[in-house]
Amino acid sequence: MVDTTEQELLRLALPIESADSPRARAIRALLLRKAAVFGLLLIMLFTGLALLAPLIAPYDPTAQSWANVRKAPSLAHWFGTDEVGRDVLSRLLYGARASLVAGGISIAIALSIGAPLGMIAGYLGGFVDALLSRLTDAMLAIPFLILAIALAAFLGPSLGNAMIAIGVSTAPIFVRLTRAQVMTVKVEDYVEGARAVGNPRWRIAVVHILPNIVPALLVQATLSIAAAIIAEASLSFLGLGQQPPAPSWGSMLNSAQRFLASAPWLAIWPGIAIFLTVLSFNLVGDGLRDALDPRRR
Amino acid sequence: MLTFFGKRLLQLLPTLLFVSLIIFLLQHLLPGDPALVMAGEEKDPQVIAQIRAQYHLDQPIPIQYLYWLNGVVHGDLGESLRIKQPVLDLVLEKLPVTAQLATIAMLIALVIGIGAGVVSAVKKGSAWDYGANAFALWGISTPNFWLGIMLIFLFSVRLGWLPASGYVSLFEDWRTSLASTIMPAFVLGNAIAAILMRHTRSAMLTVLDSDYVRTARAKGLPERTVILKHAMRNALTPVITLGALEFGTLLSGAVLTEQIFSIPGFGKLIVDAVFNRDYAVVQGVVLVTATIYIVLNLLADIAYVLVNPRLRT
Repeated sequence: MVDTTEQELLRLALPIESADSPRARAIRALLLRKAAVFGLLLIMLFTGLALLAPLIAPYDPTAQSWANVRKAPSLAHWFGTDEVGRDVLSRLLYGARASLVAGGISIAIALSIGAPLGMIAGYLGGFVDALLSRLTDAMLAIPFLILAIALAAFLGPSLGNAMIAIGVSTAPIFVRLTRAQVMTVKVEDYVEGARAVGNPRWRIAVVHILPNIVPALLVQATLSIAAAIIAEASLSFLGLGQQPPAPSWGSMLNSAQRFLASAPWLAIWPGIAIFLTVLSFNLVGDGLRDALDPRRR
Repeated sequence: MLTFFGKRLLQLLPTLLFVSLIIFLLQHLLPGDPALVMAGEEKDPQVIAQIRAQYHLDQPIPIQYLYWLNGVVHGDLGESLRIKQPVLDLVLEKLPVTAQLATIAMLIALVIGIGAGVVSAVKKGSAWDYGANAFALWGISTPNFWLGIMLIFLFSVRLGWLPASGYVSLFEDWRTSLASTIMPAFVLGNAIAAILMRHTRSAMLTVLDSDYVRTARAKGLPERTVILKHAMRNALTPVITLGALEFGTLLSGAVLTEQIFSIPGFGKLIVDAVFNRDYAVVQGVVLVTATIYIVLNLLADIAYVLVNPRLRT
């Protein structure tokens, strides 16, 4: 948490020159939001834990021990053990890798499909725009998770395919957002100017339009990572994501369901881990939206 | 007015056509031979050839699509490979179950979401406002399948108050039905309540700042009348229509919720179909879901225009 004195220090710490640039102003506005800073710290913590999992996990996440089946949390196993004696804390730490990688990669897939198509639709207009817009409407009409489940089912169950399914299902949101942003920016005077001096279309799109729509895409991407992490956990919960014995928070919750009465800790920890990770991306997404929108500052 | 409805109805057709194309291509553009998938364990070349002929898989893809679309238009969504029943019959059998769950979930979402949103806006900056915002953030960030598991743990395993699974129709025995539906409906409605709360708060704050509300206060009307009669009526119009748009979220959520609470609805149908590689059922459920969503979207648009006189011209 950042108190008032720390906020003042934060203001003073930023160099005067950089404070004038829009990026510095946005970063400062973001860092002044306590909730967003808390979210950023949580993301850093989970990323650190995921990266360092091989070093800090107390046990091998897949090592079974029939002498330690469903043991309650203790000094030897801080978060208890599961139905085949595996250490829950170690599985949670390794499971963070699957969740964060799935969140990041699936949104990268969505952006790499959605942003170029949205730019083409918004910039070219006409028939291409009508065609892409109808296709986007159609994809958005299919509920997100149902489309992801159908795609994952046809592709086959694996973490990689789950990421593709989530990425493709999220792409229409980016097509629509990019298109709307491009249509607003392309009528600005500086774009008209760039066109008037004879810049080719691709150059106007990439050099003059793209940088101005990045903030909106960044906000949506952050919020979409939160949704993608829940989607990955949902697909893994259904058995369509990470395959056993590799750990994932969703599949841990699936097996925990059978032992609710005798081993409730199996369901509590993975759920808290998903909740905190998703919360952190939502907090940063909300903070970014406020920081990048001058009306909300 | 009629032109507006006509235009909106005409816009539906290309969207529906694209939806059908996406669903058809799902199976045909992805790796693997659909005939082999349909044959399952059966590897007899004669059986595979028969499947190819029966489903026109020996024809070019555009022709296959036209055959499939023709069937869909005539209410033939194919046949379930596992249950050997027409997909449409299965869908119609499961639809009332999910509809009951979704309706109760939406009622819960509207009551909690609008209530929290109004209180949050009226008491802006207070502990109520912070509490409502924290609730919204919690609702958006909590995976509904985890919330379902935790509620089962608390209310079924520990307290023994509510059944952990099962489904009874409201028309059979409303008490048992409500007891078995309340937990899954809350799980489903929770995330939507959070979204509705944010929209209600934002709409109420705009309305409370408007001239006519200031005039109503200046006339000396009690605050209760100003909020309930003047502000809420205008602020809630877009929020209620938004409820229809959240139907997609409800159906997505129903997939997992029905799985956790063993409710034999639409969501469970698609998950069972996925694991049995019953692709005709998967396609059928996705198509019906998308169609319902598109129709609800249209109804929301029409409702919005009907209650907003300025949009009628």
